[in-house]
Amino acid sequence: MAKRVGIEVSLAVSEAVKLANVDVVAAYPITPQTHIVEHLSELVADGHLDAEFIPVESEHSAMSTCCGSSAAGARTYTATSSQGQALMLEICYIAPALRLPIVMSVANRSLSGPISIWNDHSDMMMSRDTGWIQTVAENGQEAFDLTLHAFKVAEDSRVLLPMIVNLDGFTLTHVIEPIEILDQEEVDRYLPPYKPQMRLDPENPLTIGPVGMPEVYTEAKKAQDEAIKGAKPVIIEAWKEFGDLFGRYYKPVETYRTEGAETLLVTMGSLGETAMTAVDQMRAHGKNVGLVRIRLFRPFPFEEFLQAVKGAKQIAVMDRALALNGYGGPLATEIKAALYDEPNRPYIWNYVAGLAGRDVTVENFTEMADGVEAAAADGLRSGYTIINVRE
Amino acid sequence: MGRATDGLKDFQRFTPKKLPVEEPLAPGHRACQGCGEVLALRQVMKALGNNVIVVSATGCMEIISSPYPQSAWRVPWLHVAFENAAAVASGVEAAHKAMIRKGKLEDKNITFLAIAGDGGTADIGIQALSGAMERGHNFVYVCMDNEAYMNTGIQRSSSTPYGAGTTTSPPGKKSIGQQTWKKNMAAIAAAHDIPYVATASPAYYVDLMNKAKKASLVKGPAYLHLFSPCPTGWRCAVEDSVQTARLVVQTKIFPLYEVIDGKYRLSRKIKKPKPVTEYFKLQRRFRHLTEEDIALIQERVDREYDRLLELCGVSEE
Repeated sequence: MAKRVGIEVSLAVSEAVKLANVDVVAAYPITPQTHIVEHLSELVADGHLDAEFIPVESEHSAMSTCCGSSAAGARTYTATSSQGQALMLEICYIAPALRLPIVMSVANRSLSGPISIWNDHSDMMMSRDTGWIQTVAENGQEAFDLTLHAFKVAEDSRVLLPMIVNLDGFTLTHVIEPIEILDQEEVDRYLPPYKPQMRLDPENPLTIGPVGMPEVYTEAKKAQDEAIKGAKPVIIEAWKEFGDLFGRYYKPVETYRTEGAETLLVTMGSLGETAMTAVDQMRAHGKNVGLVRIRLFRPFPFEEFLQAVKGAKQIAVMDRALALNGYGGPLATEIKAALYDEPNRPYIWNYVAGLAGRDVTVENFTEMADGVEAAAADGLRSGYTIINVRE
Repeated sequence: MGRATDGLKDFQRFTPKKLPVEEPLAPGHRACQGCGEVLALRQVMKALGNNVIVVSATGCMEIISSPYPQSAWRVPWLHVAFENAAAVASGVEAAHKAMIRKGKLEDKNITFLAIAGDGGTADIGIQALSGAMERGHNFVYVCMDNEAYMNTGIQRSSSTPYGAGTTTSPPGKKSIGQQTWKKNMAAIAAAHDIPYVATASPAYYVDLMNKAKKASLVKGPAYLHLFSPCPTGWRCAVEDSVQTARLVVQTKIFPLYEVIDGKYRLSRKIKKPKPVTEYFKLQRRFRHLTEEDIALIQERVDREYDRLLELCGVSEE
C-alpha cells in the first residue's frame, strides 16, 4: 500500500528511482541536485537498490556513461543541474538522436554568470532544443509521480526518447513535504521491466551512432522530429494509466479557475502554487483571473495550450529565465509563436521573474494580472518587464 | 598474485603461424591508402575476436568505418562523441555488470573495447579516460596514436613529436614546428596503477596482437598505446607506412614495453639502434629540421630510452 510520509523531495525522487529498479546510475554532484544522488548511493550501499552507481568525474561523462549503459540495454538514470547540464549538453543532443531512453532529473538552477546556485529555469531553457521530452513538477508529489511516468514513457517502444523531469532547485529539492510513496507492487503494476528492442550484443551486432552524411542527415532529423511529436499521445496515455491506478491525474497543460477568466497567468514549476493563491485572492475580489500551468514543456503542447487560453482577453506569461534576445523570456516567445495563427489571439505581456531564487510573491502575481490588463487597455505593443529589480 | 598476472595465467600466445582468421573489422572501409592506424586496429580486432563490444571516439577510424548505411563492423559498435569513449565504455561495462548480477543477462565474458585517437586520448579525452581508469572498469582502452588531429586536417596534438610540422605547428622563421615534447600517455596510464599498460606498433604485429589479447584477459582497466603511421599526415609514401612503424622502434623513439601490475617489461631490446634520421628521412613533416635540431632530439631519445631501461631493470650494454 502506498504510504504518505513526510520526506524531502529529493529523497522522494530517489525513492521513485529505486522503485523503478534502475540498473545504472551515473552522476556527478552539483548543488542543488546532490541530495538525490547521495540518497541513491546510500540505497545502493545498503542493498536496497541493486544497481551500479558510477561516481563519474564530470557531468559530461555522466551523460556519456548513461549513453553507453542505455545502449547496452540497462535502465539508466542520472540527475544534474545548471552548470552540470551545460557541461553535458553536447551529449544531451546525442542521446535522443540515438533513441536512448535515459531518465534524468534536473534540479533547476540559474546559469553562471554570475555564479549562482539558486533556482530558476535557465537550465531548462538551455536544453529545450535538445530533443528530450521534458515535464515540469510543481510539488514533491509530482516530482515523485513524474519520475515514474518518465521511465514509463521514455522506454515505451513507440517513444524511445530520453526524458527530463524538471523540479525547482531548493524550492522543491530541499523541502520536506507530505508525499505518498507508492509501494513496489504498485509501481510494478504501472511500470514494466525495460525490454530494449535493440542493444549492443555480440550475437546480434549493431552499428550505433554512424556518420550521417548530407544524404541522410535531414532524414535522420525528420525521423527524430516525428518521434518527439509522436510521443505526446503516449505521454498522455501514461498519465491516464497512472491516474486510473493511483488517483492522481496529470495533463500537458493544467488549468486553475480559468472558466470565464478574462485574464490568465501562465507559469511553469513550483511558482504555480503561489499563483493559485493569488488567483484565489483575486477571484475573491471579483476579478476574473485564472491560471494556466505548463506541465509538458517538450514536446510543447500547442493544441492543449490554445484550448486552455481560449476566450481569454489577455495573458501574463511568467518566465524564470531571460532569452537575452531583446524580446524577454523564452517561454513567452514560444507562446507568442503558438498563438500567431489564432484569429482571436489574446494580448500577451511577459514578466521575467524569480531569477536565481529571487522571491516571487502572491502580490507579484496580482501585479502581473493588473499589469497585463493595463497594458492591453493602453494598447501598448506587447513586451516584457523584469519584475522585482532593485533600482 | 597481482590482478594482471591472475588474468594472464591462461594466456595463449599468437604466433606468426597461429593467427586468428576472424576479421571483426571488415575490409572495404574508407581509410586512406597506407593507413597504419586501420592496420593496427585490424590487428587489435583479430586478436580480440567477435565476442566484443566496441566504443569508438569520433575520429578517422569512426568516419572510415561507419558512413551510414554502410558499416565495416561485424561486432557491436557504438559511437557517441569525441572526448568520451572511456566514459561511454564505462557505461556499457557497468550496464552488463548490473544486468548480469540481476539475472537479466547471461555472463558471456564479453570484452569491452574503447578506441580513440591521440587527440581523443591525450588531449580532449584525458579526463574521461583518467576517470574510467581510476574507477577500475573492466575494459580495454586503445589509443591509436598518429601524432596529430588527422581527421580534421593534420593539426598538432599533445602527442605530436617535437619538431614535427603540422597545420597548426608549421615550421617557420620563428618556429621549429611542434615546440613541445610528446606527451607520455602510456606513463600517465601506468600512473593510474591499472593492471596492464603496453605500447605496440603494427610493424610488430604478433607482439601487438598478443598485447591486445593480454589487455582483454586482465580484470580491470587495460591501456594500449598503438603507434599508427599516417602517410597522409606525415607526408610519407604510402608504401613506407609499415617501414615507418618499424623504424620508430628500431631508432628507440617508440620503445615497445608492457607495464604489468606496475612492473615495467621491455618487449624488444634495441641492441643496434639506428639514428633518428633513418626514421625522419621518410617523412616530410621532419624535413625542415637542422642538424642541431636532430642532435637535440637524438639526445632526448637516448635519454628517455635509458630511463625506460632502468624502469624495466634492464642493464645497458
